[in-house]
Amino acid sequence: MLEIMKQRAKELLESGRVVRVLGWQRGDFPNLREPVFFTTAKQLDNLEYDRFCAANLSKYLIGTDVPTLAFLKPCDTYSLNQLVKERQINRQMTYIIGIGCEGSAKLTDMEENGTLERCLVCTKTVHAAFDELIGEDAAPREKNDRFAGVGEIEAMEIAARYTFWQDHLARCIRCNACRNICPVCHCKKCVFDNTKYDTAQRANASAFEEQMFHIIRAYHVAGRCTDCGECNRACPQAIPLHLLNRKLISDINHMFGEYQAGTDTETPGPLTNFDIEMDKEVGL
Amino acid sequence: MEKIGVFVCHCGSNIKGNVDTAAVVEQISHVDGVAMAVEYPYMCAEAGQAMIRNAITEHGLTGVVVAACSPRMHEATFRKAAERAGLNSYMVEIANIREQCSWVHRDTVSATKKAVALARAAVAKVHRNTPLHPGESSVTKRALVVGGGIAGIQAALDIAEAGFEVTIVETTPSIGGKMAQLDKTFPTLDCSACILTPKMVDAAGHDNIAIHTYSEIEKVEGFVGNFTVSIRKKARSVDMDKCTGCGDCWAKCPVKRVPSEFDSGLCNRTAIYTPFAQAVPNVPVIDRTNCVKFKTGRCGLCRTVCQPGAIDFDQQDEIITENFGAVVLATGYDTISLDKFGEYAYHDSPDVLTALEFERMTNAAGPTDGRIVRMSDGHKPKSITFIQCVGSRDITNRGKTYCSKICCMYTAKQAILIKDKYPDVDVQVFYIDVRTPGKNFDEFYRRAAEEYGVKYIKGQVGKVVNVGDTLHIQAVDMLEGRHMDIQTDMIILATAIQPSATAKTTAGMFSSSVDQNHFMTEAHPKLRPVESHTAGVFLAGCGQGPKDIPETVAQASAAAAKVIGLLVKDKLMTNPCTAATDEDLCNNCGLCGNVCPYGAITYESKLTASVNNALCQGCGACVVTCPSGAMDLHGFTNRQLMAEVDAICK
Repeated sequence: MLEIMKQRAKELLESGRVVRVLGWQRGDFPNLREPVFFTTAKQLDNLEYDRFCAANLSKYLIGTDVPTLAFLKPCDTYSLNQLVKERQINRQMTYIIGIGCEGSAKLTDMEENGTLERCLVCTKTVHAAFDELIGEDAAPREKNDRFAGVGEIEAMEIAARYTFWQDHLARCIRCNACRNICPVCHCKKCVFDNTKYDTAQRANASAFEEQMFHIIRAYHVAGRCTDCGECNRACPQAIPLHLLNRKLISDINHMFGEYQAGTDTETPGPLTNFDIEMDKEVGL
Repeated sequence: MEKIGVFVCHCGSNIKGNVDTAAVVEQISHVDGVAMAVEYPYMCAEAGQAMIRNAITEHGLTGVVVAACSPRMHEATFRKAAERAGLNSYMVEIANIREQCSWVHRDTVSATKKAVALARAAVAKVHRNTPLHPGESSVTKRALVVGGGIAGIQAALDIAEAGFEVTIVETTPSIGGKMAQLDKTFPTLDCSACILTPKMVDAAGHDNIAIHTYSEIEKVEGFVGNFTVSIRKKARSVDMDKCTGCGDCWAKCPVKRVPSEFDSGLCNRTAIYTPFAQAVPNVPVIDRTNCVKFKTGRCGLCRTVCQPGAIDFDQQDEIITENFGAVVLATGYDTISLDKFGEYAYHDSPDVLTALEFERMTNAAGPTDGRIVRMSDGHKPKSITFIQCVGSRDITNRGKTYCSKICCMYTAKQAILIKDKYPDVDVQVFYIDVRTPGKNFDEFYRRAAEEYGVKYIKGQVGKVVNVGDTLHIQAVDMLEGRHMDIQTDMIILATAIQPSATAKTTAGMFSSSVDQNHFMTEAHPKLRPVESHTAGVFLAGCGQGPKDIPETVAQASAAAAKVIGLLVKDKLMTNPCTAATDEDLCNNCGLCGNVCPYGAITYESKLTASVNNALCQGCGACVVTCPSGAMDLHGFTNRQLMAEVDAICK
């Protein structure tokens, strides 16, 4: 499959259909696959695609103003759609080759058997957008419930829940990896860095990470989060950030009906739409 | 350095009775930036306002906090007072220590503590306030009235008389509405048509009134003073200019079995028809779904007989666009469907009528020439039973929880009309309560019961069964606690009324709202009963809530007065508390535009969102949606609100 991908990328590059190719190449560590833009056919010899190519490439297409080919796994295409909907990506400037996916693996997993949590509960097995496909849509997964973890926390006593999150969030070193890797965190300037509202100063206060940062971030992406799981994958402190997002997704599903962000580029998001009818139906 | 004056109101004993106002003054006077703090029994009184004005001058105050009642009550009052003393009115903030403190907390200690916290928050906000200046917008001196019933007609006549052009848009082929269908009106028993039709004629002949019947609102843009409305004039298939209203067409029409909407289905009409004899305009309409020409291509008899050649089968819907400064929504009511009320046998027996059907039957111009007969056999009934509250005050989900308000009175009226015509007919009424608040209403009801001998039975009917040629009623007399099993010849149902089907969509087009029952919501139930939530859009008639004719007319005239008050102005002040984009932060993601209920946000520059200040109502939906904080609301900036929260949490 990799050879076909290289072949097609070279063809599209040489024909002038695209002027660069977004994919992965080997990084400095054994299983590290880093996102990269290729601009020549020769460079494309370094294109890699295997289970370690977990990185969601959609975010790198933000603002692209030259025809760019991108290889996207099924789940990545949801982020692409969401970003097109939020007018951050000009779809006309992209050429999307949807590629098959058997689930990505953890970077640290030398044995090649540690599939990412997000892939174990994957629901986005079909490409939501593409110009052509190479390989199958995603391999079918075991029917694991992605909201099981949310349910466990909801079942806890409030004090236990508080302790659970405090224990996890206290490890946060505010490296901002979760924010930087998140496709829908595309603000020019993050509110946490913004001196205009005195929030940047608050960010330095004690216990901020435990009590504010991640909660605010989850709310800012609520209704827009495609559950791509990149925040969780990128966190060096192994904080289960996906649980915060999934809690909000689960609540939205309950209140507004099943909703998957990024399914298309038109449907208004449940929290970012004005609809008198819908407002009344929400029995809050 | 800010110099803020804090003015604590007692509101007589309303506040002082439960808040230690002296302690509020004492504690707030130590807050940074507070130059002076005083208390006074009635801040809103002239003497209180003078205190504020004098303090602004004497102390050179840069900001004012009034700790008093709700800002909805007196914010405007205090802002005006400050303005008179030369302080920008947006440098005044209200701390609500009445509704939010003294009235809701039982003990003085906690009420006082909260009053201090709220005053501190208001001071913190004033610190971050900046002077704001309202803009101006122009006024198109024309009004739109949606709905041509008595509410719409009255509003249009009043506005037109004041010298402004009015356009009435009515969905049916004639103006007149439900009132045109009624026989007599309570409590005076004057003939409905006799008092309505002259008004219809007045409206039709008025130089300032244009009437579009068989028309619908297609699209609305703009804002108070400057609405642009597209009106769809549905194809009538008859040229309004050529038609003389002679009636030859419908006399010849071979389709004669379409249930007449105007006669509540008691008789039939033709496919080309005018709904009733006094229709305005007196120009027929071809009902294309029932017309043979439109169904099969053959026929065309009406065109053959039409001398002036007014029939036009090729006519298309026409969309006209007009500008208006103000709008009255008078979309009226309908009766509810009785599909879910099988126990009354409405669909099983032609002798079970709704009250509106009975209005047509008892009307001298109606299908029976005013004779009261059983639809099943044409015989005069010996006994007639009314059932009230059919679907009204009904807490099951098949009916309406509200009282339809008019039924008690029209039931009494219809009972009297029957007794007047046929004193020998037994008339009985099943009721839950008889509600007669209104001038001469209770006297009228008592006349029915006492003079005319109408039997009022407190109780609800459980079941009606159609047996042979009589109707069997099973009911309970609640006062005597006995089960009743009676027979009657005819039943009249006081069916609940509901807003007409177009109310919700029409309100939506004008960014106005409806309540859980789809009645249009007024801006304030007591103090702004004819205004909608959208500036420049006013409400009249049953679209806003159930009401009788006098109330409808009063509300229509009130709405007209509001419209006139608006249209006489040459310029309108615009609210300066609108949203604005920080272009350095905005990344044009489009979320703010999605949530804006007023369509005020556009992305024409392609780089950032931009807000149309004339359209923006300052609701703040965009501000809370913007993830990066690029959107902010003048007068309620994120910084101001954060400062308030901080002050309260200190």
